[in-house]
Amino acid sequence: MTATLEKLSPWLFTIGIFVFWEAVCRVFKVDKFILPAPSEAFMAMAQYWRPLLRHSLVTLWTTMAGFALAIVFGIVLGLIVGWSRTIYRGLYPVMIGFNCIPKVAVVPILIMWFGIGEIPAILTAFLISFFPIVVNVATGLATMEPELEDVLRALGASKLDIMLKVGIPRTQPYLFGSLKVAITLAFVGTVVSETVGANAGLGYQIALSGSTFQMPLVFAALLLLAIEGIAMYAAFAYVEVYFTRWAFRSSMSAAAQ
Amino acid sequence: MTASVDIGAVTLTYRGASGGVLALQDTTLNIQRGEFAAVVGPSGCGKSSLMKLVTGLVPPDSGEIVIFGDKVHGPVKIAGMAFQNPNLLPWRKVIDNVLLPLEIVRPHREQFRRRKQEYREKARALLKTVGLDGFADRFPWELSGGMQQRVSLCRALIHEPALLMLDEPFAALDAFTREELWCVLRDLWQKLSFTVILVTHDLREAAFLADTIHVMSARPGRIVLSKKVDLPRPRDLDICYEPQFTNIVHELRAKIAEVRKA
Ligand SMILES: Nc1ncnc2c1ncn2[C@@H]1O[C@H](COP(=O)(O)OP(=O)(O)OP(=O)(O)O)[C@@H](O)[C@H]1O
Ligand SMILES: [Mg+2]
Repeated sequence: MTATLEKLSPWLFTIGIFVFWEAVCRVFKVDKFILPAPSEAFMAMAQYWRPLLRHSLVTLWTTMAGFALAIVFGIVLGLIVGWSRTIYRGLYPVMIGFNCIPKVAVVPILIMWFGIGEIPAILTAFLISFFPIVVNVATGLATMEPELEDVLRALGASKLDIMLKVGIPRTQPYLFGSLKVAITLAFVGTVVSETVGANAGLGYQIALSGSTFQMPLVFAALLLLAIEGIAMYAAFAYVEVYFTRWAFRSSMSAAAQ
Repeated sequence: MTASVDIGAVTLTYRGASGGVLALQDTTLNIQRGEFAAVVGPSGCGKSSLMKLVTGLVPPDSGEIVIFGDKVHGPVKIAGMAFQNPNLLPWRKVIDNVLLPLEIVRPHREQFRRRKQEYREKARALLKTVGLDGFADRFPWELSGGMQQRVSLCRALIHEPALLMLDEPFAALDAFTREELWCVLRDLWQKLSFTVILVTHDLREAAFLADTIHVMSARPGRIVLSKKVDLPRPRDLDICYEPQFTNIVHELRAKIAEVRKA
């Protein structure tokens, strides 16, 4: 009984929020130019499904492209940073500084360099999402048990041996844990870029409909964005459990969260 | 007999932000080939540091260490080690944890692919001798603490090291499991006849297992007493209740109480 309730609870809460939202809009007769009711947003979704689908797909693929870049770059940089303390100390302030720059401020530069279109969106998604990956991969390497390292070194293991046999496998839960966070950031990056300058994508749709006061359509696009985000998060959460089942069972699971 | 481990007047200082810590000063220690040596002493006196020096993981400030006739420069590349924490790799099955040293130590690492079947048999046989028959294909987190510690012992011994270094390997176990593992270690040592250095806080453990017990002073550590244990072998757990055994434990206890006060 409680188990099924727990399984259903995400759905119940989601429906509950929509019902509440709908009720507030109706009871207080909220103007739909200010806050459209969910029913109006869903109606707009049905009415404009063709352009919305097209824009959703554009946002999805640009996000995934940027995210793929972030994974590759994040793993490589994370391994480099985790490899040596000197590099770690040298690069860390630079990376923190870079991460503090609001990516909205970078988008106009990217548009100047690459023109309006999908490339700035891909790059913004990449720039915003690689940081957590780097930090997690580097943390996975840096938190290796010193005694285990001693055991291996006393056998004549080189630093590369230790990396391959212990460092990289033990980084996996940290990496997969970071992916589900990073993917949601990547969506933020894409949409920010599309809102500033693009001719397709959900961010573009939001900016366009907003400027013509089609609020139900704006909310329809926002909802689609949330759905894409949840779907990708769920996908990567699944991948995480699948590849690092051992970490969920052993004591490392606490560290990987 | 030839000396297998020769520690000659080593001094070790750890440098830290708030000044250095003199961990070992003029420590001298000789261990014969095939001997079972135990090191006891107050906490923080430098026992673990001594282990790191012997395995070449840390260089001494002065003095020298000779192992099987060779002066130690870098990591010794042959020693098996086990610590209080089993430190197993949770993503590897028990048998693959045991096989890890063979993937690293020469000449096994070059032959690992070719002789994999043979190595696996060997690992299974070793697991059997420590009573882990049938657990080879489990993951470490499916095992109890005592069982994990047995796996850790197997991992330290799979490549048949000439030197086994144990740093409080049984400290985290309950009394029954601990005594059980004493016997496991005793039997392995009698069968494979390697040289052992065992660091422990348990004087009964030292007296039961070792040929010689070295007592260290408080920091900076020096050897203040080397006590031969003349109990006949093979030893049985019952020996722990004989007066001769109790006398040795008392003598060690008195010595440690003395150096702690000093
Ligand atoms: N990596 C290190 N850096 C700085 N100081 C250290 C380091 N390792 C050990 N020390 C210092 O050296 C001294 C000896 O440490 P060591 O770990 O060898 O003691 P121990 O005899 O093994 O103690 P215990 O019985 O508690 O395990 C301690 O005072 C400790 O503070
Ligand atoms: Mg210690």
